[in-house]
Amino acid sequence: MNNQFEEDRENRDAKVKGPKSGEHGSGSQVSNLDSPASPVRPIPQSPDHPITRSPDLQNTGRWRSYQLLLLARLKEMYREPEVIFWVFIFPILLALGLGIAFRNKPADIIRVALVDGPGAAHAMDLLRPAAAAGTVKAVLLPASEAFNQFRLGKYDLVVTPQAGGFEYLYDPARPESVLARSTTDDALQAAAGRKNSVPTSGRISSEPGARYIDFLIPGLLGMNLMNSGMWGIGFALVDLRQRKLLKRFVASPMRRSDFLLALASSRLILMLLELALLLGFGAMAFHMHVAGSWISILTISTLGALCFGGVGLLTASRAQKIETVSGLINLVMMPMWILSGVFFSYERFPAILQPLIKALPLTALNDALRAAILEGAPITHQAGRLLVLGLWGIVCYLLALRWFRWT
Amino acid sequence: MMQSMDVAVRCRDLRKTYEGNVEAVRGLDLEIYAGECFGLLGPNGAGKTTTIEILEGLLEPTSGEIEILGHHWHTNNRELRELMGISLQETRLAEKLTVYETLELFASFYRRPRPIAEVMAELALTEKSDAWVGKLSGGQKQRLAVATALVANPRILFLDEPTTGLDPQSRRQLWDVIRQFQKQGGTVLLTTHYMDEAERLCDRLAIIDHGLTIAVGTPSEMIESLGAHHRVEFDATGIVAGELEPWRALPGVEAIHEEDGRVVLSVREPHETIPALLAAIQNRHGHLLHLTTRQASLEDVFVHLTGRRLRED
Repeated sequence: MNNQFEEDRENRDAKVKGPKSGEHGSGSQVSNLDSPASPVRPIPQSPDHPITRSPDLQNTGRWRSYQLLLLARLKEMYREPEVIFWVFIFPILLALGLGIAFRNKPADIIRVALVDGPGAAHAMDLLRPAAAAGTVKAVLLPASEAFNQFRLGKYDLVVTPQAGGFEYLYDPARPESVLARSTTDDALQAAAGRKNSVPTSGRISSEPGARYIDFLIPGLLGMNLMNSGMWGIGFALVDLRQRKLLKRFVASPMRRSDFLLALASSRLILMLLELALLLGFGAMAFHMHVAGSWISILTISTLGALCFGGVGLLTASRAQKIETVSGLINLVMMPMWILSGVFFSYERFPAILQPLIKALPLTALNDALRAAILEGAPITHQAGRLLVLGLWGIVCYLLALRWFRWT
Repeated sequence: MMQSMDVAVRCRDLRKTYEGNVEAVRGLDLEIYAGECFGLLGPNGAGKTTTIEILEGLLEPTSGEIEILGHHWHTNNRELRELMGISLQETRLAEKLTVYETLELFASFYRRPRPIAEVMAELALTEKSDAWVGKLSGGQKQRLAVATALVANPRILFLDEPTTGLDPQSRRQLWDVIRQFQKQGGTVLLTTHYMDEAERLCDRLAIIDHGLTIAVGTPSEMIESLGAHHRVEFDATGIVAGELEPWRALPGVEAIHEEDGRVVLSVREPHETIPALLAAIQNRHGHLLHLTTRQASLEDVFVHLTGRRLRED
């Protein structure tokens, strides 16, 4: 081979272009550029490659392209501050905000408006022990103002003294109003001398595991896996297509499987970080207790990430513009944000919708994550949910394989 | 056997009909010799990009035969990809990767790439090695696009409008790079709608219009085929717009047409024609407003063949 290269070099050097055969072209051009002119130039004699190869610089290793594609993907991500924000910071802020807003705080003081008039002073006396215990706070107000403030939500209950008793005004649709009615009634009755017929006692529970934040974190994790699968695969691919970079890649001998594998791997690496970050945050900031095994949580997350990677791939299979794919992604994700139990339980939806909701991939993912993280359910007990995820993934991959356009 | 060595690219009766019956290419024949720089010249929408992308194996032709360096796309796809370096029209490479990282990535796709440092030096990108692609100038980006083709160590280079939108200096830099590649024995196929680029860079070219080759040859052959090598363009008072006949009788005038409100004479010897022209204007009591002479260009060849200008800008 080396001799061949030497020969090539000689051929090259010997092949000197002839002088310009004639001036042509507009006179405005720079004339010191030698213009190739002779129509038939000597053809390189060597039967093999006419250009020097560098035999010492061979691409070693089957996986070098894959590694570099993966590295490129990761570098592009971490050099894009927005990605860092949306993938890592945003879910944490969301968890923090919602966790604080819905934290388990001591029971609210019940706000009662007491209509001024005959008997009001007696009622105030009766409520004094409850006020001292900090459960009820009663304020004396003229009738019109009391009703008005109740309507505006400033008071939970209006108590109007009547001949020999009291009338309660409350709103059955407001839980705090219902609670106010029964608590105030208990306080008044007890102060007036009612005796309990059966002795009862209560214990307080605010164990980690049953709080809103415990419900929320696995939901956010599922939502994050969906978001970054859809954007990280779907959007990224259409962006590459729009830039004609996909086309440029397939114009080279790059293995398409390397490319897709690198894309999927970058997704999984990101998933690990998202998982560690959210669960770590839950544990540190809210003393969340992770009941399930890491293996089962990892397995579920991986399956979820791959499933949404498939959905992302499918949404990206044809779209030529990032605007188109952004719309598609939101169209796919929006129903699941609401229906799949990210922020609140989907049990609130009508029973007729339940089978449909449970067939959604994000519902399956959220349920599986909650069962594993909160209850420690073994993976074998979640076969149904994993099957739903797997089916969505496989169907999307197969369709994407059929429809996907590289150019 | 010898014949297939000499011809690097051969395509016969190439046709491409897009959905909706748009015939982008309508029976195109090409023969590109090994070691030459061959240009596809034509206006926008002539079918240049479709043709080059079919040759690059990125588009499936509706019909026609293609042979590149003795290989065919359906039988030797991978092999062919190893042999060719490609720069597409307007590829936007990843902005957050550095020049070096980009070239390293592309180099990894090939079995025997060229050393990256060497390619960067050749394209004057060494200083920009660690710069993000997004921070490069238009000329540097275009050079990088060509670098991703050259790092493949190709035998044949396909460049689709490599200098469109570049300033003159960047264009000349790229021309030098292409000539350098050619000097080392490489074959180049490029598309352009710049006639000066085609004239200065290409050994041979094909003028393409409406998906057909309307002329093939060396730039000088094409210009010589016009017969009259010079153009005399003028404008004067006292002449009637659209009235060309009076000027046809002037000595040495071979053809005549109007362009942008000026009369353009195709002449063999300007020094014979111009004095007669000045005298004729004076006879009509007119004043000369504008007079230029220039050598005929490929633009004139295109006007001659199609009756239209190559670029309408």
